[in-house]
Amino acid sequence: MRHLVRQRIDPDRLRLEVSDPGCGATILFLGTVRDENDGRSVTGIEYTAYEPMAERELRRIVTAVEGGHPGVRMAVEHRLGELVVGEVSLAIAIAHPRSAPPLDALREALHAVKSCVPIWKREHYVDGTRRWVAAGGGSAAQDLAATGRRPEQGDG
Amino acid sequence: MRVNILLFASVAEAFGNDQVALELPAPVLVADVAAALQAAVPTSAALPPLRFAVNQEFVDDGFPIHEGDEVAVIPPVAGG
Repeated sequence: MRHLVRQRIDPDRLRLEVSDPGCGATILFLGTVRDENDGRSVTGIEYTAYEPMAERELRRIVTAVEGGHPGVRMAVEHRLGELVVGEVSLAIAIAHPRSAPPLDALREALHAVKSCVPIWKREHYVDGTRRWVAAGGGSAAQDLAATGRRPEQGDG
Repeated sequence: MRVNILLFASVAEAFGNDQVALELPAPVLVADVAAALQAAVPTSAALPPLRFAVNQEFVDDGFPIHEGDEVAVIPPVAGG
């Protein structure tokens, strides 16, 4: 499947993709555009990517998560383009026969998506300005100054 | 050696372009490209700390670049 999409994400499609008669637990995570960041009112976010590499990294994450958690089935989609507040930017579905393993797998998958996939976002603000932001929520330069060379500590 | 570099997000904005070509004496390491790129920024805006990818794989500063490699600058990522 293609992991980067430009049309609206259909979360139920991802859920069905990982569904299996042997799975009794499915986690569906949705990342959505929120209306505030760093004290500023946000109207939307524009996502861009180094597409071929981002596709490879997302595929690699699925392989690693499924390999590291036997029995886990995972699907992921990340949207590109201009999104308004409330729209889904990231969807991850993880299924397993039992409920505990998908929770651990999700945490690992989220961390990897936020630190290893070449995707960038530019926030659009109420006052009409725009700014590229890093995963931690501040400007790209601020975030890196705070966390060193690797930006994976952010949870935005 | 002519190295063509793909630029993204804030770095593409700083250069006003989504790629830039640099002429560098061979052999070329990623660290050489990083230094040349910092020197070539046309605006006064400071670049964020950068990672680099060669042929769509993250690489370290000491990684050698060869003719025809796909070299990309990876500013701090923000997926999610």
